[in-house]
Amino acid sequence: MSPELPAAVRRAVGGVRRARPSGFPWSAPSWPGGVERPAPAREVGVDYDTDWSRRYPARLVRAMVLDNVTRPMTHVLATPTVVGREVLELVELPAIFVANHSSHLDTPVLLSVLPARIRHKTVVAAAADHFFDRRWKAHLWALSLAAVPIERHRVNRRSADVAAALVEDGWNLVIYPEGGRTPDGWFQEFRGGAAYLAARTGRPVVPVHLEGTYRILPKGADRPRRHPVRVTFGTPMTLDDGEDARRFGTRIEATLGVLADEAGSDWWTARRRAAGGTTPSAHGPDATDWRRVWALGPPRPDDDDERRWAIRRD
Amino acid sequence: MSPRPGFVLEVDRSTPPTLFWHGEEFSLERLPTGSRVVYGPEPLAPLADPVGSIRDALLHPLGDAEPLPALLRPGMRLTIAFDDVSLPLPPMRRPDVRQLVIEQVLDLAAEAGVDDVVLIAALALHRRMTEAELRHALGDRVYDAFAPYDRLRQHDAEDPDGMTHLGHTEQGEDVEINRRAAESDLLVYVNINLVAMDGGHKSVATGLASYRSLRHHHNARTMQHSRSFMDQHHSELHSSNWRMGRHIAASGVKVFQIETTLNTDTFPEQFRFLQRREWEWTMRDRASFLAASASLERAPVRIARQILHGVRAPHALTSVQAGEVEAVHARTTEHVYAQQRVVVEGQTDILTMGLPYICPYNVNSIMNPILVACLGLGYFFNLYTGKPLVREGGVLILHHPTPNEFHPGHHPSYIDFFEQVLTETTDPVEIGKYEESFATDPWYVHLYRTGHAYHGVHPFYMWYWCAHALDHLGAVIVVGGERESVRRLGFKRASTMADALEMAQDVVGPDPSLTHLHAPPLLLADVR
Repeated sequence: MSPELPAAVRRAVGGVRRARPSGFPWSAPSWPGGVERPAPAREVGVDYDTDWSRRYPARLVRAMVLDNVTRPMTHVLATPTVVGREVLELVELPAIFVANHSSHLDTPVLLSVLPARIRHKTVVAAAADHFFDRRWKAHLWALSLAAVPIERHRVNRRSADVAAALVEDGWNLVIYPEGGRTPDGWFQEFRGGAAYLAARTGRPVVPVHLEGTYRILPKGADRPRRHPVRVTFGTPMTLDDGEDARRFGTRIEATLGVLADEAGSDWWTARRRAAGGTTPSAHGPDATDWRRVWALGPPRPDDDDERRWAIRRD
Repeated sequence: MSPRPGFVLEVDRSTPPTLFWHGEEFSLERLPTGSRVVYGPEPLAPLADPVGSIRDALLHPLGDAEPLPALLRPGMRLTIAFDDVSLPLPPMRRPDVRQLVIEQVLDLAAEAGVDDVVLIAALALHRRMTEAELRHALGDRVYDAFAPYDRLRQHDAEDPDGMTHLGHTEQGEDVEINRRAAESDLLVYVNINLVAMDGGHKSVATGLASYRSLRHHHNARTMQHSRSFMDQHHSELHSSNWRMGRHIAASGVKVFQIETTLNTDTFPEQFRFLQRREWEWTMRDRASFLAASASLERAPVRIARQILHGVRAPHALTSVQAGEVEAVHARTTEHVYAQQRVVVEGQTDILTMGLPYICPYNVNSIMNPILVACLGLGYFFNLYTGKPLVREGGVLILHHPTPNEFHPGHHPSYIDFFEQVLTETTDPVEIGKYEESFATDPWYVHLYRTGHAYHGVHPFYMWYWCAHALDHLGAVIVVGGERESVRRLGFKRASTMADALEMAQDVVGPDPSLTHLHAPPLLLADVR
């Protein structure tokens, strides 16, 4: 080191030389053998705190992403047809949106067709064990979709409390009562969480049927394929006098079945079948896996990339 | 979650390096397997309602004292004395606990119609506080109401008209304290009890005393017989102060003592790693450490010092007691012990400690070599009850750069002590022969009274503070210390901790046991 350099410079350079970017404290410390290691504080899963994602900075970022990235991409992939959206003008907010679950695309599609005043004030119940099992995933979904962690395999008071508190605080909630994506395109057994929350908070339930997302990104697929999607909003539902959450849940499931029928036929046909108790089961035939998939029928005829993007030469 | 108690770690192969203070810098040292590291208890939860607790303490005093409002009446002379800038360490965030207490005392005095109120900073022979320091301790409201009218004063132990001799204790000790305090109808003392040695009769008997009085317990003999001075039952310093305090009470000085304890929440968020156990450092702690150590290491010392002395501790009030001195102090000591006590089984051959940038006598100043010795051998060595952490004949290893640097305004007599006395002898008993000349030097007295200088005798007290440790230890080694300064102090110097351990083995023999005192948080080792 040159002796004429000022002392401060010599100290600075010396400090750089001494720095050894390896081992503690550059890396995490090891734990002494004699010290009992406490159970790690759970900061993921249902214990992940999503409060930050509902503050204004995060909401602003989410709104920009939803409106400028998610919606355009969704419209390219799914070109959703929306039926019955006018019911949203009548529903008293906040509401609980209950939908069937076929694909990871369900949430972006549903959010993209909701009016902006609802879209930007909506949280999404997401599986704690899937979307919140890593911190980076938890951050990502909380920010991009306002996801909140829900325990789907067992009753969890914290999950229910968080969701109920949010609804009571004025947030709309999207929840998938099947607890996960369908493996074959048909409905799975509904769980009681959505009905319980509606009963607990007294808020209306808006049934929503999503048809076609299964064709875009089914469970297990690694890349999406374009397919038209139909989103059908049903009439908002509230608990009848004397109705308990279990019965209300059954009624929600039946209503979604009727909306599924409507997607495959038309509103009048579906209503008549519902009135006659002949609505086809949305749970599909009781048969082996390939026959259940077969029973879904072929993809919609406009699922043809070449035709959609072909240059019309005539 | 309730705070965890103190803890003694036995170092094994997977123990990460241990953090040492090194003056204005830090060092991570890998201690030998089998070493022990003593960690203090985590900070206790603060009082939920500090203002309400203070009011409650004033209205429900301990001992045979009456509630404060009953002691206040129109026409009386009320003096409120308070601890000076040496407490707490580092200075706490505003509002300082002294402000909280004094504002309430003044509210009660105002309600009672007391006009003659004077506030006195109980400096003893410490330097006078600056306006900024007074404002920090008392708050602007109190400062602006009292300072312009000469009602906010600083104790002047050399003011011939400002002291009153109250006689002698049964052991012949002079008791001389501040005249205004002695002649008041009521003396309210507002204390901060950071360590077990603070408070009690020491507040008035030392804080408001003169050199003539202090010399009876601030001497090598008393310190050698205070084992330790954190242990009231084995401290000659404590006994002497208690004799004087009782004499003051018997002389008719009515003292209403208010004592407070703080938790050991010592450093703010950006220095949080200092008080965490190393294996629990989060990524944020490690990043803070790397950023802080790199910045402090590369910054000029003056800047590093300025940064660190700008730190305001998030200390929080854990208890407040008021009333009769001894009853109050007994309760206060319980709270201090609850915060700081750690049981340690057995002594050690080698005791290590990292010394920080601050001690009670260099707030907003420079830690000169004498203060380094005092902090290590005086304060940290004495943080025990029962037996010293290190065995007799053992080795103390300090980690500090020990620069030969003095604050000429604050520590003028230290410079001469370092150059003239320590070059002759480092024996605390022998240096006593020079004490009188420093204590009565008119230049030092002038600087003490009119500037911001510690009293001329103060460096002697710092050296006496080391007397017990110097008597007890086989050797003192300073890691990373400046060669000439360390030699002048009579210690040995080592470049690295490994070298220091090698050198220590020459004194204590092979395969020595080693214990490291990890602070912060501050602790009191209960050695059994």
